[in-house]
Amino acid sequence: MSLALLVEQLLNGIQLGMMLFLMAAGLTLVFGVMNFINLAHGSFYMVGAFLAATFTAWTGSFYLAVPLALAGCIVLGALVEIAALRRLYDRDHLDQVLATFSLILFFNELATILWGTEPQYMPIPALLSGSIPLFEGAQYPVYRLAITGAGIAIGLLLYVLVVHSRVGMLIRAGATHRETVQSLGVDIKLLFTVIFGLGVAFAGFAGMVTGPLLAVQVGIGEPMLIVAFVVIVIGGIGSIRGALVGSLLVGLVDTVGRFILPLWLGYRFGPALASMAIYVLMAVVLVWRPQGLFRLARG
Amino acid sequence: MAGHLRPAHWLLAAVLLAVLCVPLLGDVFYTRLATRILILGLIAVSLNLLVGYGGMISFGHAAFVGLGAYTTAILAFHGVASGFLVWPAAIAVSALGALVIGAIALRTGGVYFIMITLAFAQMLYYTSVGLERYGGDDGVRMAARNTFAGVLELGRPSVFFYVVAAIFMAVVFAFSRLVRSRFGRVLRGIKDNERRMQSLGYDTYRYKLAAFVIAGALAGLGGALNANLVQLVSPSMIHWIMSGDLLIMVILGGVGTLFGPVIGAAAFILLEEVLAGYTKHWMIVLGPLMLLVVLFQKGGIHALLFRRGAAHG
Amino acid sequence: MAEAILEIRELSKSYGALRANDSISLSVQPRETHAIIGPNGAGKTTLISQIAGEVSPSAGSILFRGRDVTALPAHRRSALGLARTFQITSVIKSFTAQENVATAAQARAGHSFRFWRPADRADDINGRAKSALDRVGLAARADVPAVSLAHGEHRQLEIAMALASSPSLLLLDEPTAGMGPEESQQIVRLLRELKPELAILLIEHDMDVVFSVADRLTVLVNGRVLASGAPEAIRRDPRVREAYLGEEFAAPP
Repeated sequence: MSLALLVEQLLNGIQLGMMLFLMAAGLTLVFGVMNFINLAHGSFYMVGAFLAATFTAWTGSFYLAVPLALAGCIVLGALVEIAALRRLYDRDHLDQVLATFSLILFFNELATILWGTEPQYMPIPALLSGSIPLFEGAQYPVYRLAITGAGIAIGLLLYVLVVHSRVGMLIRAGATHRETVQSLGVDIKLLFTVIFGLGVAFAGFAGMVTGPLLAVQVGIGEPMLIVAFVVIVIGGIGSIRGALVGSLLVGLVDTVGRFILPLWLGYRFGPALASMAIYVLMAVVLVWRPQGLFRLARG
Repeated sequence: MAGHLRPAHWLLAAVLLAVLCVPLLGDVFYTRLATRILILGLIAVSLNLLVGYGGMISFGHAAFVGLGAYTTAILAFHGVASGFLVWPAAIAVSALGALVIGAIALRTGGVYFIMITLAFAQMLYYTSVGLERYGGDDGVRMAARNTFAGVLELGRPSVFFYVVAAIFMAVVFAFSRLVRSRFGRVLRGIKDNERRMQSLGYDTYRYKLAAFVIAGALAGLGGALNANLVQLVSPSMIHWIMSGDLLIMVILGGVGTLFGPVIGAAAFILLEEVLAGYTKHWMIVLGPLMLLVVLFQKGGIHALLFRRGAAHG
Repeated sequence: MAEAILEIRELSKSYGALRANDSISLSVQPRETHAIIGPNGAGKTTLISQIAGEVSPSAGSILFRGRDVTALPAHRRSALGLARTFQITSVIKSFTAQENVATAAQARAGHSFRFWRPADRADDINGRAKSALDRVGLAARADVPAVSLAHGEHRQLEIAMALASSPSLLLLDEPTAGMGPEESQQIVRLLRELKPELAILLIEHDMDVVFSVADRLTVLVNGRVLASGAPEAIRRDPRVREAYLGEEFAAPP
C-alpha cells in the first residue's frame, strides 16, 4: 500500500466530508432551531443534481447550470415550505416524519416520471477536468479538489454568517432560546424560512457538484441523508461545529475504511465491515456521549 | 376487550369473518393477498406497541423484520427447514438485535432516536447487501416453506393462510392483554409524561427497552412468516422505505389503537393493489394522499369508524 | 435526637457562570414541615430538582435517610421514599385521576414487568389509590380524565399521587400556585393533617400558607441560604426584612 494511495483516499475522505457537511449543516440548523425533522432534505440533493444535469445539457455550460439549478432548488424549497411544511412546525415528530417521508416518495416518483430510471449524464467541466500531480508521480483529480474547496469556502461563509452577523446571532439564540427570540419581536416565521432556504440551497449544491462524479438518478438523496443523520448524531443536534467535525470524521472513516479494512481483514469480511464502520462509530460515540460530541445546553 | 359492543365492533367482527372465508373462494391470488395483509398487519401491530403505546418513533423497524426473514432463509439455505426450530430462532435473533440496537438508541430520545433507528436499520441493509454468499442484492430463495413434522403442509396456500390467521389472532389477543397489563400501563404513562413516570419511581429506560425487544421479536416472527409467503428474502425487506411504509400503516389505521394498524396495513396494501392497476406511477398519488392524511385526519381510519375525535397528541 | 431524614451539605449548582445554588446546607427532621422561601430567581426550583434527582449537583452532597443519594437517579430516590409534586402541573393527562394515582401506587407494588393480568383489577393498588384520592378530596372525580380536571384539582391530584407512593419525605413545589384563597385553605388543611405522618419540604410564596404549616423556614436569596430557623425568628430577622423589602411580611396571620 503506497503512501500516494493513502493520501488519495484521505483527500477523497475530506471531499466526502465536505459534501456531508453541506447536507448536515442545513439539517442540523433546521433540527436545532426549528425542532423540525425533515426527511425530504435528501430530495433537494437529488433535485439539485437533476436540475444541474438538465441545465448543463440545455445550456452546454456547467457554470451557467449551477446557479440556475440553485435557483430552481430554492424556488422548489419555498413552494414546499409554504404549501406543506409550515403546517408541521407545531406538530409532533411523528407527524413530521410521516409527512416528509410522503414527500420523499412523491419527489422520487415525480423524478422518475420526468427523467426516467436511467442515470443522467453530467460531464466534468472542461476547465476543472484533468489531474494535478501530488507526489511520487501520483495524480489527483482537479475537480475533486475544486468541490472540496467550494465546500470549505461555504463552510467559512457559514461560520462568518453565524458568528458575525445579526441573522447568525438569531440562529444561535433560536437554537437554545426559541421563546426568547420570539418575545424579542423577531419574525420567527421569516427566520425559519431563511434557515430552511439555506438548508435547501446547501443540499442542492452538494447534489449538483457531486453529479459529475457519481450517477444522477432517482433515490440518490436518501443514502446521503441517512449518513448526514449519522453525522448529526455524532456531532450534536444544532451545532454547526459538531456538523463539521462529524462530517470530516464520518467522511474519513468511511472512505479510508472501505480502502483499508478489506486489506487488513481480507475480502470475505472486509467490505461488509467497511460498510458498517460509520454506524459502529456512531454507536461508540452514543455510548460515550448520548447527546453527541458538541451537545448544546438548552436554556 | 372493554365491555359494550358498538356497531363498529360488529363491523370488525364481520370483516374478520369475511377475511377468514377468503380461501373458500378458491382463488390463490386472493388467499395470498389476505395472507400478506395479515402478516403485515401483525408487523404493524408490533410497531404500534412502540409508536402508539410507548411514544417511541422507530424508523428502523424493517430491520427486525429482515432479521427474522434472513434467519429463516439462511437456515433453509443450510438445510434447516423445520418450523419448530426456525421460527423460534427467527424470533430470538430479532429479539437479540432489538436488545442491542435498543440499548444504544434508547439512551437518547426525540429526534435523535428516530435518526439512530434509521441509521442502524440502514447499517443492516448494507450488511445484507454485502452477504455475497446469500445472494447479496438479489437475495436468497427458499425452495420450500418451513415444515412442521408433516402435520402442517404450509405449501398449500389455504393451510398457510389459516396458520398465519391463527398466529395473527393469538398475537392480537396477547397484545390486547399486554396494553391493559401493568406493563402496558407503565408504557402508556411513559408515552404521556416520561418525566412524571421517572419521578414516580419507574426506571423508564428498562421499560422502553423491554417494549422495544418485544416489538422486535414480533416483527421477527412477521419476517419469518413473510419469508415463507414469498419464498425470497432480499435486502429490499430492510430498505428504509419499508420502515417508512410500516409507520404509514400505523398512522393510516389509527395510532395507539388495537386494530388500527391492521386496518392501516389492509388499506395500504389494497390501495397499492388498486392504484398499481391504473398506473405504475401510483406512488405519485399515494405520497400526497399520505401527506393529506397526516395533516388533516390524525386519528386515521380507526377514528373515522369509531367516530371519536382525532387523537390528542 | 432522631437522625435527619434529609440532609443537604454545601450543595451547589452552576450553569456556566451562573450559580443557581451556592453552598446550600440544610436539614429536615422526620415529621418536620420545612418551608423554603425567597424571591423569584433565588434558586428554589433548582434546589428541589437537585433533591429530587433531576439535576445533578456541581458540588456538595445529599443524604436521604442517612444514605448518600447524590449520585442516584430520580427513580431510585422515589423508591426510597421521596415523593414530589411539580410547580407546573405534571400529571398523566390521558389517564383518569384514579389511574394516575394507581400508577403511583403501582410503582410501590413490586416491578411492573407483568404482561398479562389487567392493571386495573389489582385490588390492593386500587384501594391505595382510592384512599389517597379520598384524603385530598378528589374521590368524586376519580373517573374523570386528568386533562378535564380544574387547575386546583390538578394540584390535589399531584398530592394524591405523591401520597400513594407512601413517602417518608414529601417535596412540594408551590402547592398552592394559581389557587384562590378557599382552595389554598383546603391544601393547608390537608398539609396540617399530614404533618404528623411524614416530613414535608415545600417551596411557597404564599406567606399565610407558610406560617400556617411550617415548623422551620429557610430563606434563599441569590442561590444562597440567607437565614434558617423558626418562623417567628425569621420574621423578625432584619436581614430577611431587608432582602424582601417588607413586601411579603405585611401583617402577621
